[in-house]
Amino acid sequence: MTTTTVIQLFVFMLAGFVGVQTIHRIPPLLHTPLMAATNAISGISLVASLLLAGSGDGVRATILGSIAVACAMTNIVGGFLITDRMLSMFKRSKSTVTENSAGSTSSAGSPS
Amino acid sequence: MSEILIELAYLFAAFLFITALRALGRPDSARGGMQLAAFGMAVAILATLFEARILSYEWILVGAAIGAIAGYPLGMWVPMTAMPQRIALSHAFGALAAALVGIGEYIIGFSGGTLVRSTVAALGLEVFFGGVTVTGSLMAFGKLQEILPSRPLIFRGQNTVNALLFTACCCCVVWLIAFPTHAVIFSVMVALAVLLGILFVLPIGGADMPVVVSLLNSYAGLAAVATGFAIDNNILIIVGALDGLSGLILAIAMSKAMNRSFANVLFGAFGSTDATAPVATGAAGVMSSTTAEDAALRLAYATRVIMVPGYGLAVSQAQHQMRELGELIEKRGGDVRYAIHPVAGRMPGHMNVLLAEAGVPYDKLIDMDEINERFVETDVAIVVGANDVVNPAARTNPTSPIFGMPILKVEDAKSVLVLKRGKGKGFSGVENDLFVDPKTSMLFGDARQSLLDLALQVKVA
Repeated sequence: MTTTTVIQLFVFMLAGFVGVQTIHRIPPLLHTPLMAATNAISGISLVASLLLAGSGDGVRATILGSIAVACAMTNIVGGFLITDRMLSMFKRSKSTVTENSAGSTSSAGSPS
Repeated sequence: MSEILIELAYLFAAFLFITALRALGRPDSARGGMQLAAFGMAVAILATLFEARILSYEWILVGAAIGAIAGYPLGMWVPMTAMPQRIALSHAFGALAAALVGIGEYIIGFSGGTLVRSTVAALGLEVFFGGVTVTGSLMAFGKLQEILPSRPLIFRGQNTVNALLFTACCCCVVWLIAFPTHAVIFSVMVALAVLLGILFVLPIGGADMPVVVSLLNSYAGLAAVATGFAIDNNILIIVGALDGLSGLILAIAMSKAMNRSFANVLFGAFGSTDATAPVATGAAGVMSSTTAEDAALRLAYATRVIMVPGYGLAVSQAQHQMRELGELIEKRGGDVRYAIHPVAGRMPGHMNVLLAEAGVPYDKLIDMDEINERFVETDVAIVVGANDVVNPAARTNPTSPIFGMPILKVEDAKSVLVLKRGKGKGFSGVENDLFVDPKTSMLFGDARQSLLDLALQVKVA
């Protein structure tokens, strides 16, 4: 095990804690958009696919890489589009817009 | 561009991704946050294109073009009711990308003779999680889309076979760490992982899919983490960790809402065993049915109304009719809220999206924990296409198979109106005491038609 691996383990652990904290704050109201969003963001694996497809390390690697690029790209394009489409549907009622915003955000049901 | 600049671009993207997830904590900031995340994604991709390892771009362009063309309809055309299978399908895509990268990197390392133990360990895990998720997600997609039978398919010794397959995969990873160049073992592991994905989703029924889809989300994330370790890329580790935990948290939340342990969902094959069926307890009494006229009269003069949508509402595509009825009651001065049970839809938060799409403002959509206190002071609770999630037996009857499941306390309301197709039982096959409660009136018929009738009558009342 190299130093790099150890540093990566640190990154993994800290990202995990950030993830738990962040995701627990998301109300059930937005759990479907959350899944769509993590899906879109996980399209970042495109980065790995690009390296494989473009490295010119033989035909097999290029083919596998290109298919991977297509898959990851599908998730990025489709994922961000559908998340945006979904979130654009969530509108506050007209009457409460004029009221104080504190009351209506709490009624949207954020846990803890 | 130098390596450092590329890494800094990744750092920036990771910052935007985490900011976006924080913005998802509130509906009014969520959309802007995700647009920032999309920008971060663009920055990360552009930076990668300057990576020294990339020598040619033509195949990248071909792949990216195909992906963009396939992604557009998956983003813009898929109806909201089909979200669960849409998400399952994209898990398959994400995992396939990870698995193929894993296989490709192994091939490069094998032919170049540069395989080291730590890399092979990461590649092995990547391909294992990727392989399981690809076929598992496709199975989930098939079941949700009803291409495959959605009932659980079981055979004798299923859990033993799955356990053996899992153990064999673990052995393969260990073997590869010991002997990184044994390519046969690597291929065997790919095959076993793919098979395990099929077998592990096979015995899980359609109604349990929310848990499975969330769990596969988690596996796809872990595959990304492993990719990050294999190619020394921190942003993949960060995003994979976020993705994996998000899936895990949602899967646990869903299991809890269904009153099942995680293990029970995965290995229990709920709905296939008839052990729970003969528990014919309670529900003694007769349902009193009502007409749309009488029910509408009560609604028209109610001051507090709570709508309780279940999946039956989505099945009969009556979300718009529900919203219209709610608006009519509000116009007459009534206060209308919507009580959302965590498993009201087919995936976490699904019912919220369906009602938001129909035009219900999100501040009227109230989570179970918060709305349960309000039922006591509610004049009429309207239950549409929901059964188990409003069954008081979950709190009162220890012999009931759904005992302990968190439910909406509809029975606390001053009166209850249940819109129901027929006199059948819920998904779990349990009788519902709520339906024979003296303060409950039943309005039988198609949910959509009943809601239309009610709206018509409220208008003239």
